[in-house]
Amino acid sequence: MQILDTVRDFFAAQPPVLLWGLAGVIALLTLAGVVARGLSLAQPGKDYRELHTRIASWWVMIVLLSAALLAGWQATTALFALISFVALREFLSIAPTRREDRLIILAAYGAIPISYACVWMDEYPIFLVIVPVYAFLLTPFLMAALGQTKGYLSRVAMFHWGLMTCVYNIGYVAMLMRVPDSEAPAGAAGLVLLLLVATEFNDVAQYVWGKTLGRRKIVPTVSPNKTWEGFIGGWVSTAALIWVIGPWLSPLSGVGLAAVAISLPLAGFAGDVTMSAIKRDIGVKDTSGLIPGHGGLLDRIDSLTFTAPLYFHLLAFFAVDKF
Amino acid sequence: MIRWLRLALIVAVARPLARFFTGADVTGRERLPVTGPAIVAANHNSHVDTLLLLTIFKARAVHLVRPAAASDYFLKDPVIGWVSRNLIGIVPVARKRAGTGEDVLAPARQALSEGAIVVVFPEGTRGDADDSMAQLKNGVARLAEAFPQAPVIPVWIQGAGRVLPKGEVVPVPMTCAVLVGEAIHWEGRRTPFMEGLRDALLALKAQAPPLRWSEGEDG
Repeated sequence: MQILDTVRDFFAAQPPVLLWGLAGVIALLTLAGVVARGLSLAQPGKDYRELHTRIASWWVMIVLLSAALLAGWQATTALFALISFVALREFLSIAPTRREDRLIILAAYGAIPISYACVWMDEYPIFLVIVPVYAFLLTPFLMAALGQTKGYLSRVAMFHWGLMTCVYNIGYVAMLMRVPDSEAPAGAAGLVLLLLVATEFNDVAQYVWGKTLGRRKIVPTVSPNKTWEGFIGGWVSTAALIWVIGPWLSPLSGVGLAAVAISLPLAGFAGDVTMSAIKRDIGVKDTSGLIPGHGGLLDRIDSLTFTAPLYFHLLAFFAVDKF
Repeated sequence: MIRWLRLALIVAVARPLARFFTGADVTGRERLPVTGPAIVAANHNSHVDTLLLLTIFKARAVHLVRPAAASDYFLKDPVIGWVSRNLIGIVPVARKRAGTGEDVLAPARQALSEGAIVVVFPEGTRGDADDSMAQLKNGVARLAEAFPQAPVIPVWIQGAGRVLPKGEVVPVPMTCAVLVGEAIHWEGRRTPFMEGLRDALLALKAQAPPLRWSEGEDG
């Protein structure tokens, strides 16, 4: 009985809107599972295994993220440090590298504990500059110190890109958890939930609109499956979603809410297309096989590397006093 | 006692280590054998290959898995020798004494007759991290000939040489893809068997993600 009481107290201490939000996500996923099951039964000839694997993977991701958000900023910071690590490992593994780069690759991973330590210690001003200024300067110096000059600029750019997207930009999600709970209606976790739901909803909505109505290709040389119909459909549906649930989960309203609703889907699309261009340049379809049905972790968070900093900065500008 | 210690170390220590350093991105895991005797034949670029092949099996098959390893390398030091024999569970191959008339495959045969899953690296020694495959040695064919009922499962490991290339001591985390192929069976002749194995490994390699890694300065 004591355990039940502890569990009840734990949930009672959470902001009710956050619990409703998480329950909503789980309800949506359950619905998706039921629809997929129904499709399999209605059309036994068609192969829906890919869809089932995708949904099963969503369950794992959502359970992990919900647990971290409920557990608090420490768990969320640890989870996103791990996400940064796996994403950077995927990126450096598909990028062209040489045997001499091994030391710099090792040093690049070192940026993860340093950047996330700034989140842990709530040192926002240092977090802001440690990767984009100091890791930015240290990487080329390290390469020069090791006497490597062949293909210098392109190699330095490769490391910079990996560090900025996988470590710095993803770090903003953890930094969001340091917003005081009093500044948001569903606490800091509600802010993160809004970002993750909007970003992933945008990915899924673009895909679904593109699959059902897609005609005109939008970036044929980079991502032949993306269409204007998918892009606009995803944009409008995600903006509407943010407009409706934004006031419940964040302190945004009026112009600030409109700015997030309009720009976040654009940033998500941009992140997706940019990572596609990189994968096309390298000649891979997926960044790894980590998440069954989805590809690599970096394939899943490509939009987030663009939406996380933008969302954070808009929140800081319009609504959050701390940052 | 040591058998349980080995299982605990492999599942609780080696498996998380392998995931951390390589991501252990396995395709076709269901094709890995769960009972012996069976032979797993993989390409070889790094000690990470052994770590990966020890950790990707189902927990109930782990106690059967025995990697073949060169006795001149792994048994020369008494401490490393004890660890190699008891914790890694190697089957020693005295490769330096091949051709002297001594049966260097006797320990591997013995293990197979006890129902083990023996992991062999037919390239003989670790190659460079760029994904070329060396000439295969036909010891694996002799094992398959002695145990025609044992399936031979080809496994291609992509990228392990980047994590820990030959001659380096510091491992660097990089994604490794492990591709498990369909079992090959002994059908009576060595040359077609070896060609079949070679083709199977190269077919798996062709499915692996491209490895944009270069050994030299000019990459």
